[in-house]
Amino acid sequence: MAEFLTTPLGIALVVAAQCLAVIAFVMISLLFLVYADRKIWAAVQMRRGPNVVGAYGLLQTVADALKYVVKEIVVPAGADKAVFMLAPMLSFVLAIALWAVIPFDEGWVLADLNVAVLYVFAISSLEVYGVIMGGWASNSKYPFLGSLRSAAQMISYEVSIGFIIIGVIISTGSLNFSDIVRAQDGDYGFFSWYWLPHLPMVALFFVSALAETNRPPFDLPEAESELVAGYQVEYSSTPFLLFMAGEYIAIFLMCALTSLLFFGGWLSPVPSLPDGAHWMILKMGFFFFLFAMVKAVVPRYRYDQLMRLGWKVFLPLSLAWVAAVAFAAHFDLFGGAYARWPVE
Amino acid sequence: MTPALFAFHAFSAAAVGGGLMTVLARHPVHSVLWLILAFLSSAGLFVLAGAEFVAMLLIVVYVGAVAVLFLFVVMMLDVDFAELKAEMAKFLPLGLLIGVILLMELALVFGVWSGAEGAVDSRAAPTPDPAETANTEALGALIYTRYIYPFQAAGLILLVAMIGAIVLTLRHRTGVKRQDVIAQMHRNPAEAVELKDVKPGQGL
Repeated sequence: MAEFLTTPLGIALVVAAQCLAVIAFVMISLLFLVYADRKIWAAVQMRRGPNVVGAYGLLQTVADALKYVVKEIVVPAGADKAVFMLAPMLSFVLAIALWAVIPFDEGWVLADLNVAVLYVFAISSLEVYGVIMGGWASNSKYPFLGSLRSAAQMISYEVSIGFIIIGVIISTGSLNFSDIVRAQDGDYGFFSWYWLPHLPMVALFFVSALAETNRPPFDLPEAESELVAGYQVEYSSTPFLLFMAGEYIAIFLMCALTSLLFFGGWLSPVPSLPDGAHWMILKMGFFFFLFAMVKAVVPRYRYDQLMRLGWKVFLPLSLAWVAAVAFAAHFDLFGGAYARWPVE
Repeated sequence: MTPALFAFHAFSAAAVGGGLMTVLARHPVHSVLWLILAFLSSAGLFVLAGAEFVAMLLIVVYVGAVAVLFLFVVMMLDVDFAELKAEMAKFLPLGLLIGVILLMELALVFGVWSGAEGAVDSRAAPTPDPAETANTEALGALIYTRYIYPFQAAGLILLVAMIGAIVLTLRHRTGVKRQDVIAQMHRNPAEAVELKDVKPGQGL
């Protein structure tokens, strides 16, 4: 058996099994995240939320997913069929592909790339194509407006996310997520993590993540009150399900990124407790809770305000922060909090 | 066939196919989408060549930013492309002529290619051992430390180009209502609202 695993076929099988394990984890989390999202939202509004299918309505998402799958796929007459069907697949597959470089524990990562941060950045910059293609191929006005909004919004906030991540990269001296987490391992547990030295950027990253994933209060691409449902108007059945799932997976990924970059990934907040994947999952869950709360309590932004915030507030702030971190790291200020690598 | 060889053939076939379809596709939006496929497969080829940093940058810059702008412009254009294609036949001979001339020039250049004395050595000198340094680190050390001034000069040239583009397109239109956010935030009800007692049957 051990010999078989070193043959090309064995390696291919092991890799496929690992990929399946990660996809299964993401998809099963997805079922309960959508449920949690709706329950939290309902609790804030003093409603009950889904409570019929399964115990406490836990299986509501399964029922919804089944319903989407068995419905008929409607393709508008004037639509560009190939691009129309390609768009939802693209946004789903890209969202899943990002999980390849996310470490859940020491060594628990599918592809331990040394350019992992750039990989995430590259693939998430592709995600905008799912939206643009979907909106354009529908050959309908509201979807097109929605997709144009979305493209501008995602590109704008990608810039500030990039700068914020550069600050963390300068502090770590590596583009590898495992290295970023290891650099946060210190004697003070919770207080050794990057959230403390990079505190202003944690807030900026969180808000940019909301905008990047088209979550409320920045869900202008699918603003119901203005655009019906934005780029998803003409989609039904499984393609719509794929768009939805891709969106939630991207949100969950942003939760994972927040915990990896600023909150120590799998490290335990108390130095005496053992580190492990459960911390990573707990942190991801906590940030998803924050995402859901924001959706419940913050009203939607106006589009010009969104653009102003991105380009005139976040971009200069994060750029200035990169310069400040580079300065602090180079001259080894603040007891080495900003440069956790041997400065020459 | 090793997996790397298989991947190489797959990526190069996709790159060439994507490039061909970029030219051949009837609809310009499809052309841009095929172009994206060509970019992505060349990024795959870069990964195979061991240049993972360049591969990722290719995707971030060309696919994530440049191609999105292409797509924007092409989607917004309201041009009858069938008509344009019909006119293409008129200019085909001229285009072919230019193409042939360019090809011959390239052939001439490569035919008499010779390096200067020591050029190969000086090109190879800054390359660190790939086994010891990851290419991201090596590139960082070269661009931001050794060649910092040429790098800054390149940045300056881009800045000048950007300012030039802004100056060329900027025009202050009169009679357009602009929002002043600071002024909006500093309004208060006492200044902005006035209560008037209107008698019945009378206007203001």
